[in-house]
Amino acid sequence: MKKICLGVVGIVLTFFSGYAQTPQKDSATYKSRKLTFEEANLVSSYYKQDGSNAAVTGGKGSQKLNDISNTIDVKFIKWDRKNRKHSFELEVGLDHYTSASSDQVDLKANSSASHADTRIFPSVSWSMENEKNGTSIGAGLSTSTEFDYQSFGANINFSKKTNNRNGEFTAKAQAYIDKVSLIYPTELRAGGQNDEHYSTTARNSYSGSLSYSQIINQRLQLMFIADLISQKGLLSLPFYRVYFNDNSVHKENLPNTRMKIPLGFRANYFIGDKVILRSFYRFYNDDWGLTAHTLELETPVKVTPFFSIIPFYRYYKQTAVDYFASYKTHTSAEQYYTSNYDLSAFNSNFYGAGIKLTPPKGVFGIQQLNMLELRYGHYTRTNGLKSDIVSMNLKFK
Amino acid sequence: MKLVKPKPEINILAGVAVSVVAILSSCTTVKEYQKNKLNDGEMTLSSRKIQKTESSFQSYREGASGANGGKTGGGCGCN
Repeated sequence: MKKICLGVVGIVLTFFSGYAQTPQKDSATYKSRKLTFEEANLVSSYYKQDGSNAAVTGGKGSQKLNDISNTIDVKFIKWDRKNRKHSFELEVGLDHYTSASSDQVDLKANSSASHADTRIFPSVSWSMENEKNGTSIGAGLSTSTEFDYQSFGANINFSKKTNNRNGEFTAKAQAYIDKVSLIYPTELRAGGQNDEHYSTTARNSYSGSLSYSQIINQRLQLMFIADLISQKGLLSLPFYRVYFNDNSVHKENLPNTRMKIPLGFRANYFIGDKVILRSFYRFYNDDWGLTAHTLELETPVKVTPFFSIIPFYRYYKQTAVDYFASYKTHTSAEQYYTSNYDLSAFNSNFYGAGIKLTPPKGVFGIQQLNMLELRYGHYTRTNGLKSDIVSMNLKFK
Repeated sequence: MKLVKPKPEINILAGVAVSVVAILSSCTTVKEYQKNKLNDGEMTLSSRKIQKTESSFQSYREGASGANGGKTGGGCGCN
């Protein structure tokens, strides 16, 4: 995977080195009608977790998981005859994971096909900004493919700035039309343990989002976000086991609809000349009985104009859904049941730090390599799950 | 007469609403030439690109999602 990462960096550098000899235009006066390269980003992450409440084995068992993720996005811009700015963005992502719990779809296998999977998720988006009247519109398409899951997404958005350009209202609508493969635990398959003919079923998500951002003064700006998300279809996972108190084993069963209401608030404040306080709070409630609070704080410190240190902390707290119970505590009288600890009551803490380099002559002297950011975070959940993540962002301009 | 005690969430939301009204009422119009600090890359009112995978695993490992400008569906996270 390390070779793949280095290979990807090499390809991106080779591709954009062609722009190195492009004459620099005065960006304040010149607006190109031709499609021009704006920037590209490569984001790579390594994630690992461990815990002892795997949902595949009914809330008891290893949650060991390793995931390597790479995403590349490329942005191009052009101005039309009415002086409107068009932005085009193409993104391709690739995840590869190995998971101890997914391997337990077949309890007798030492290592089954489900122990690893690869997901590929390309997307395209377009937006048009009219600086004169302060409006912008946009649209996007996305897809995501993995062995047991296929997703197609579409979104549209509209923004309008206030007359004094200190506030902006944004409306966004999204739809995801997904297909879940019905892969059951081997002992619960109607056609016997070797039945590998999987049918599919629908899981669709629709969301509307409204947000408003406001500049308060020369150092402070805020944003309010309200989402409404409706999900329909198979919202449980067919290979998650639930053990009842009578020792019988069942597939997870959850309602076919879910309505979620998250409300978010962001505030960024520039303290002095070197420190910024970035904050985010979210209240969340849904009709499965889950209520959650999220608080994030991040304080980038500009050690020099080209080097920043960015410590961060995130606190999260949720109540359990109405249908959650632990291993062997559900009863046959219940209509809906799950032993997935991601839906149990817990608190979590996530903390770490990052560094950001933006040297004027490019990172490592490479002019096109505009920015390098590295970030590490450690996550702990009160029910024992722990994880670590290290990420890197390279920006080419 | 029995008094109904408001839920803690309602108290929090009421507190946030009062704070918001107080902050918004203190707004001053900031001209373009006064926005050098607001235009700093770190002042962007959205998540960082480098947080992409973090946001993804948080939405899989936690029951809540949304209201952070990211995606609100798609992808399984079924492990």
